[in-house]
Order: sequence, then structure tokens, then C-alpha cells
Amino acid sequence: MEKFNKLISSIVPLPLENVDTDQIIPARFLKSTSRDGFGENLFRDWRYTKEGAKNKDFILNKVSSGEILVGGKNFGCGSSREHAAWAINDYGFKVVVSSFFADIFKGNALNNGLLPVQVSDEFLQAIFKANSPLEVDLENQSIKIIETGLQEFFEISAYKKHCLINGLDDIDFLLSNKSEIENFENNRLI
Amino acid sequence: MAGKTLFDKLWDSHVVRKGEEGPDVLYIDRHLIHEVTSPQAFSGIEKRGVSLFRPKQTIATADHNVPTKDQHLPIKEELSRKQVEALKANCEKHGVELYGLGHKNQGIVHVIGPELGITQPGMTMVCGDSHTSTHGAFGTIAFGIGTSEVEQVFATQCILQTKPKSMLIEVNGEVKKGVTAKDVILYIISKISTSGGTGYFVEFAGSAIKSLSMEGRMTVCNMSIELGARGGMIAPDQTTFDYVQGKEFAPKGEEWAKKLAYWKTLITDKDAVYDKVVKFEAADIDTMITFGTNPAMGIKISGNVPSINGDESFKKSLEYMQMEPNTPLKGKLIDYVFIGSCTNSRIEDLRAVANIVKGHTKADNITAWIVPGSKQVESQAIEEGLDKIFLAAGFELRQPGCSACLAMNEDKVPEGKYCVSTSNRNFEGRQGPGSRTLLASPATAAAVALKGFITDATEYLN
Repeated sequence: MEKFNKLISSIVPLPLENVDTDQIIPARFLKSTSRDGFGENLFRDWRYTKEGAKNKDFILNKVSSGEILVGGKNFGCGSSREHAAWAINDYGFKVVVSSFFADIFKGNALNNGLLPVQVSDEFLQAIFKANSPLEVDLENQSIKIIETGLQEFFEISAYKKHCLINGLDDIDFLLSNKSEIENFENNRLI
Repeated sequence: MAGKTLFDKLWDSHVVRKGEEGPDVLYIDRHLIHEVTSPQAFSGIEKRGVSLFRPKQTIATADHNVPTKDQHLPIKEELSRKQVEALKANCEKHGVELYGLGHKNQGIVHVIGPELGITQPGMTMVCGDSHTSTHGAFGTIAFGIGTSEVEQVFATQCILQTKPKSMLIEVNGEVKKGVTAKDVILYIISKISTSGGTGYFVEFAGSAIKSLSMEGRMTVCNMSIELGARGGMIAPDQTTFDYVQGKEFAPKGEEWAKKLAYWKTLITDKDAVYDKVVKFEAADIDTMITFGTNPAMGIKISGNVPSINGDESFKKSLEYMQMEPNTPLKGKLIDYVFIGSCTNSRIEDLRAVANIVKGHTKADNITAWIVPGSKQVESQAIEEGLDKIFLAAGFELRQPGCSACLAMNEDKVPEGKYCVSTSNRNFEGRQGPGSRTLLASPATAAAVALKGFITDATEYLN
């Protein structure tokens, strides 16, 4: 997993609530047996017309850069498909900001070095309004709107922070617990 | 000290190592896998040079991306065929039992777990699919996971997980005639919203929940993820034990007696405290249908589409669905009816449909698909003669799989068409690009198929 520490980048705003994983990556694009290449179909049905032409009004077709995706409340609801996190990552995003994330999506993002930053509703509105680059500092757990200087702190578990900063994943940790797992199995009553 | 909830008891008894400043190491009793979310996990452990830690505790089936016609023939679409073949190759290589296409135990992963007795009270169960919450109906901790977590279970039979908060949802009293488990859960979601359960694990209780059959309970727990909750559970009782007893992989003989004694202890202590409690009266619940693009956008069938309150997402949703605010849903023309999915594809669902359509034929404007949840459900339906009733009514009975619930295979609702569906999600394009989904119960879907427009099943129920 890639390490993450600090990022300054312009944003890609998507001010919609309840952006579900079927929008992030529709089921018909989940047929690959590898983790790569899903970025091509990120937000497929919003990004392209049914004839396959680019939809000029969709944000990904209007901006050419930005490693921070900013979505409305309840981002990533719906299915458990990790392909949603892979697609966002593969497209080039390193951070997703929202005022609320669905549980499974958040876990999947963290397991792939994609940092989900949960901010207050007010701060989210301020980000959309300013449309300015953001500074995301994982060490200090802070997010700042560069143009206005407005700053907020975000929550992340100490364990997950450690993993992201050092590029470690959960399996490394779990594998180091093998003997405890075997003990647990041997001592079960039921 | 306050007592423990059922969820607390089960969680705590599966913690291998408590996380001091992070997630717990949680032991997983049963792991279900399918073709779509497992290949990357298999290649992940291979890349690490790790073998499957407890292959006997993982069970595989092919369901998400399989055709529902001519399952005896090779899959036509190349990518889908390769994905299903990869599952077979991976299972053979790593010693995992696979119920592939054509096997008598094949079916939707959340239908076969319970019907084979793989799902048992008191267990922890995971699967790379959000509707794993279905198994909570047996008093299990069951939840959907991502592929990285599938890999964790492969490697260690554990996952790292932060313990969710607990929520009690109680439904008391008796439901009105014609109101089914699906209506109950659609009603609950419409009240709590698609994010109201996020961060929680739900326990459903109350007399209206307890009076449901196991299949009804599965429908309720199945959709707990649509509240945003990690999962939902119902404490096991005699209804549960009667269902499990005699199933293929259920405990037998002395083992049964031992397990049963344990299962009977699986209740929430009287003085336990939940982080959140929500109570509903069963009598307030009507037959339900959704009008928008998330499962919380549900109303009683006799109701009007709500007015737009200035909310952009709501407005976008109504535009997508081409719904007029403040107009009744009843009478709206429909094009497709889909009866299937891990929410409503079990034998009781098919019986409910047969009960309504028997002796009638579908409306000319309707295409009606019935996709049984498993080979066992399919065989049972044929044994009971339901297939003949469906055929006579102009419904197409297909072969088991997830089918048009997520439209990964060729079972797609065409662009702009309306589908009344017994599945669980009405997201934009969920049933095919541009499709418009209205979620409802099997009884409602059957009645709509006969009329050709939105109606409730009342007149067919006598």
C-alpha cells in the first residue's frame, strides 16, 4: 500500500448526497479479476452518454486535475464492492472528503491508501463555496481551505493513521497474530 | 453493571485480541464467497505466499454474474465466463467447497447459507457482499466486507474491525392484513433514512418481528444495510431452531442438543442498554413502494409522491424517475416486474406470487421475470406446481442467480422503463443503464404484473 502523509491539491467537487457505489462503478464493470483499470469506468453513467460520448456537464469532464474528490453527505452508500475505492484510486484521487461516509466504503478506502476525510456539514459547504485547493495533513489530522485559511481537524483511528503513514495493511498485522488466533480456536467452548 | 445485548455477547465471544487504540481482531466462523469479489483476494494471498488458513470454513457459489437461462451451456459473454472459471480454479487450488452452476446447492449466496444449514445462531459470518446482513435473522453477527477483508479472512480467518454501536429497532403489535416483511422493512428505512443506521449494528425485536417466519426475518435483516447499518439481527427462538433443524449442515444428534442449549442463551439481557432505540407500531405500517433512487424514498402505495423541498439530490432523483410531485403512484403504468434477489426469492415469496397470479394472466404491457434464489427453491417450486401457475399467467421462471437485482448479467431493464422489483436497491441504473426501479413486496409485484400499473394486492387476497 502507498504511504500517505500530506497532500496539497485542487478539488473535484461533486455536491450530491447519497452518492452510491453503483454510481461510482456500475455492476456491469465489475467483471475483471484484477484490481487495476477501474478508473476508466469511474462514474461511468454520469460521465458518458449512452452513446459513449463524454457528458460535457459532468465535473470529471470539466476539470483536468485534482487529487481530492469532495462529495455530499452519505458518500459511498450501497454495496460492499471494493471496486468503488479501486476506481476512485485508479482515476488518480488520493483523498475523498464528505460530511458522512458509508461504513463499508470508508473501510475499503482505508484499506487501499485512499484517505476518507470526514468534515462538518458547515466545512463541507465552505469547501464547495470556496472551490479552492485544500491541504490535507494526516499527521496533524487537519484539512485546510488554502484560499480562505479555514481549517478543521478530522478523526481517524490511531491504528489506521499508523498504517497509512507507513504504507502497512491489515493483513501484515493479522498475520503477526497467528498464534493468538490458534489459541482462540483451541480454547473455544462452543 | 448493566447487562449485555445479544450483539455484545456474540461480538465479545469472537474477539481474539482487543484493539487498544484501534480495531479488534474478530474471529469469523463462516465465510461465504462468490465470483465477483473474491478473485483479487485469492491473487492477493498468492502474491504474499500465504495459504488459506481455514479453507473448510469458506463456502463458494456462483451467483452475481451468471446467466439465468441455459445454465448447462458455457457462459456466452467472455468476461463473465472468465470470472466464473476463475472462481472454480481458485476454489480447486485452495481447497474451498464450490457450489457452481449446475450443482444442486447453487444459488444466491444469502439464500443457500440458510437453506443448507450453514448459517446457524451465534456465529460470525462475512461475505464480500453487503447483503450478508441477511444471515442476522438467525441471531448471527453477519456483515458485508470488501475484498481486502476477504483476503484477511483467507489468510487468518479473522478480520480487523471496530465494534459498531448498538441500535434496537422494535416493531410492536400486529400488522394489517396484506402487510408483509418487505413492507415492514421499507417502512422502517423510510423513517430512519439510508444513513440513520451508519455506525450501528441493529437488533430487530418486538412482537411484529417475532411473529415473522424465518424467511420474513431474512427479508428484514437483508435490508438493514439500506439503513447504513453494518448488519441487523434477530434473537433466535423456536421459529429459528425449527428452521435450522434437519438442514444439510445443521448439527445432528448430541451435537444438536449441545448447540441448542447454547442457542437458547442467545438473548439480550433485560438490563442491557443500547446506544440508540427506535420503536414503531405495526398498525401504522401500510403496503409500501419506493418512488425515488434510494431505498428510503418509500411511501405507502396509496400515497402521493412527496413535494420537492429545495433539496438538489431529491430533485435529481425525481427527474431521473420522471415522477411528478404531489401525484398519486397508484395507476402509474409499469413495464417490468422482477421477482427475485437475496431479499425476496425464497419459496414463501414464490408461493405468495403464485397465490395472487393463479388463474389470472399478466397485463400485455408487462414483462415478468421470476428468478428463484437457488436450485433448491427452483426444485421446490416445480414440485409444488408453481411453475405451471407462473407459465399460465405469462411469467417467465428463470434459473437461480442475482439477475436483474444488479444487472451484471444480461438480465437488464431497458433505459427509461419502469420495473417494480422485489430486490433491495433502486439506485440510478441499478437494473440496467437508465432503468427506473420501484421496490416492493412479492405480493405487490405480482398484483402490478396482473394490472399493468401500480396497485396493491388487496383485491387478490381473498
